[in-house]
Amino acid sequence: MSLLEIQNVNAYYEDFQALYDINLKIEEGDIYACIGANGAGKSTLLKTVAGTVIPKDGHILFDGKPIDRMPAHKRVELGIASVPEGRRVFTSLSVHENLLIGAYRNRKGPWTTDAVYELFPLLVPLAKRQASALSGGEQQALAIGRALMANPRLILMDEVSLGLAPVVIKRIYESFDTMLESGCTILVVEQDVQHVLTVASQVACFLEGRIALEGPPSELTSEQITAAYFGV
Amino acid sequence: MDWVNAAVQGILLGGLYALFAVGLSLVFGTMRLVNLAHGDLTVLPAYVALMLVNAFRFNPFYSIPITMVIMFVFGYLLQRGLLNTIVRSGDIPGVIVTFGISIVIQNALLLGFTANSQGLDAGSIENGSIKISDRLAIGWLPLIIFIMAVIVIAALQIYTQRTKMGRAFRAVSDDQDAARLMGINNKHVWAVAMGVALLIAAIGGVMMAIRTTFDPLLGSQRLIYAFEAVIIGGMGSSWGTLMGGVILGLAQTLGAQAFGSAWSILCGHVVFIIILAFRPQGLLAKTVTA
Amino acid sequence: MILGFGVLVAIVLIIFPLFGGIPWTRRLVDFFTLLALAQLWNLMLGYAGLISVGQQGFIGIGSYTLWLFSDILGIHPFVAVIFAAIGGAIIALPAASLVFKLRGGYLAIGTWVLAEVMRLIVANIKRTGGGSGTTVQAASQLATETRVPGTYWWALGLAIVAIGVTYFLLRSRTGLGLEAMRDNDLAAESSGVNLWRTKLLTYVVAGAGCAAAGAVVAIHLLRIQPAAAFSINWTAYLIFITVIGGVGTIEGPVIGTLIYFILRETTSQYGEWYFIVLGLLAIVVTIWSPRGIYGYVVRKTNFFLFPVQRKIRFKGAGESPPTQVESGAEPVA
Repeated sequence: MSLLEIQNVNAYYEDFQALYDINLKIEEGDIYACIGANGAGKSTLLKTVAGTVIPKDGHILFDGKPIDRMPAHKRVELGIASVPEGRRVFTSLSVHENLLIGAYRNRKGPWTTDAVYELFPLLVPLAKRQASALSGGEQQALAIGRALMANPRLILMDEVSLGLAPVVIKRIYESFDTMLESGCTILVVEQDVQHVLTVASQVACFLEGRIALEGPPSELTSEQITAAYFGV
Repeated sequence: MDWVNAAVQGILLGGLYALFAVGLSLVFGTMRLVNLAHGDLTVLPAYVALMLVNAFRFNPFYSIPITMVIMFVFGYLLQRGLLNTIVRSGDIPGVIVTFGISIVIQNALLLGFTANSQGLDAGSIENGSIKISDRLAIGWLPLIIFIMAVIVIAALQIYTQRTKMGRAFRAVSDDQDAARLMGINNKHVWAVAMGVALLIAAIGGVMMAIRTTFDPLLGSQRLIYAFEAVIIGGMGSSWGTLMGGVILGLAQTLGAQAFGSAWSILCGHVVFIIILAFRPQGLLAKTVTA
Repeated sequence: MILGFGVLVAIVLIIFPLFGGIPWTRRLVDFFTLLALAQLWNLMLGYAGLISVGQQGFIGIGSYTLWLFSDILGIHPFVAVIFAAIGGAIIALPAASLVFKLRGGYLAIGTWVLAEVMRLIVANIKRTGGGSGTTVQAASQLATETRVPGTYWWALGLAIVAIGVTYFLLRSRTGLGLEAMRDNDLAAESSGVNLWRTKLLTYVVAGAGCAAAGAVVAIHLLRIQPAAAFSINWTAYLIFITVIGGVGTIEGPVIGTLIYFILRETTSQYGEWYFIVLGLLAIVVTIWSPRGIYGYVVRKTNFFLFPVQRKIRFKGAGESPPTQVESGAEPVA
């Protein structure tokens, strides 16, 4: 049984259809990358899994259990955590408090504040600082750490490399291994194709609301990917 | 020396106003809702206490913890059942709905208890005082109320800064969508916040009912005092609200001392207006926008 | 056809006191005063996003200014109404500078505080009769046959002016600014709409209008008293009317005032129950039908009496406009 199964999902924003009949499976231990141009639907897919968008038809099964209509906050209890687009750290809380909020649902697991500080040592001197005073890269690390505090089985990352320097992006991707070791599966949405393909075990390329290409990066040529990305 | 007396009375009165104001400020801070029924929700617990005292014939002070619980539950249900539907709708529905609630509470109380003034008799403590000097005596009850206000505000600070739910209040206030993604049930958090606000309102309302008389239409004045205390002190700061209450209280009592009791309330309003005109963010503001 | 019907109604209304009889004319004075107030409140709320629960301050100021000019300064009451309006406008200026420092619900309470300040000042001045109020002698000296029709025509005039001002403000550039502001403050500001000036204009117009209404009420009732003239109940009625009739249309307040009036004539002897019903209705309607009862009707029939929304015409038949855009330029008749 796959960890996450998306079956025939159609999703809309008001009258605009963002996803057409999406099918995909994510296995435990995957680093599954969704790539595609702006507006291709990859973020929308992530949101249907997180619960901020409810699909019009289709099913989403997590560990075999249907969650497509489940309120977002309940999904965290099952083991789905989010690193939202734009980070969305809690600006009036300190770094440490942001991490504590991540553990709101008290799921058991290896991730504690200490473990997060070990993964992202840059956060240690910032622990008491208000989150609004952090740089983009620091906030991104915080957002990821906050999601890890939920001890998730599936962590959803929406455009974590947006606006960050390459060296910071590299450091974030390097942390993926540790996450996998702790039992997380990662679903990552990215516009920047180059970096994410170096770590992904599976990739799905979105084009205008549909999946144009799918498979392990090792089996796909860059021509195929470019074609699927731009729809040529 | 009468001036000193007036000043002391003003400070102690400020404690009461702060108790009224803290709940208003908490609700606004967590969910951007200005509850126009807040004043009436400090009068309602007085009537609840009255019913308890009539039923059980005990000292009104014993009714305080029971009333606190009742008002917490009432606040939770009110928020969860009614107000949550308009929290995300903007300012206008909030004003209209809470104004409607205010009207309903006032008139329901009028129907149930008539417009007559009521009181809660707590015995000799109501008139007891500590004699500081020949000219200065501090009433026991006003002093107790002030101390309660300080304790309540300190407790609320600890609650919001150090507990899980308090953190949730602040997280939901910062970004309610992100909060949801962390597993926080916003509807529950808002309801708890309202419950806490009304619990605090109950403390102020019942103590005030012991100190002086009350009637169904008092709520509007109380809303105004609470509001003025919040604005004077600055939003986003509980201690600021205490300070705001004290300044308002002082303005009223010193104004009465200077111009006669008919002018006391107006003096309070004037001080409020001056602060609004020259320092609209309040004296101890944390947030900049009003 | 609508126009013809409208002209007929207008004529009937204008000549009403000549055949309607004193009691009915008096009722209509109440009706049109309330209608004028409701239109102004609707203008502030629906178009400038200003939630005022303090208009009773201006109503009271209007009543007492009327008394000041007619009893103390000897001007004919019907002329003094104009001075009352001017008084309202003058007071609205500093009031706005204070109240605009607040936002949303806190702005609302701020307007209430100002109304209270006005009430307290008036009640504390002995010359006005203090808390127990006074009689408007100049008005009571008028014969009933003069006074009642006179107040009627003033009330009718105010209502028409309020509707007219609202209509023309909205059709003008200022109006577009107001509509933009209602929808999004920040966006409006960044597109060059002068927010502050537009809000100020609305507030001052409403202040003047409410004061004029208060002056008419003073002549109508003959007795003025701080508790009644500055009563929060005025706001309660306006909220109820606006909630029933819907915010943001011109005919909304008309419908709302009508329904409120009928309710009042039939049930107000029940006192507290009457207010409880008003309050509950306001709550229920706001939650379930934010555009008011009338708004619900409009949605079903697409009928606008006073077209102020702008319609986007779609070239190509059969295309219905997207649901987001408010439609209705020409009345469907």
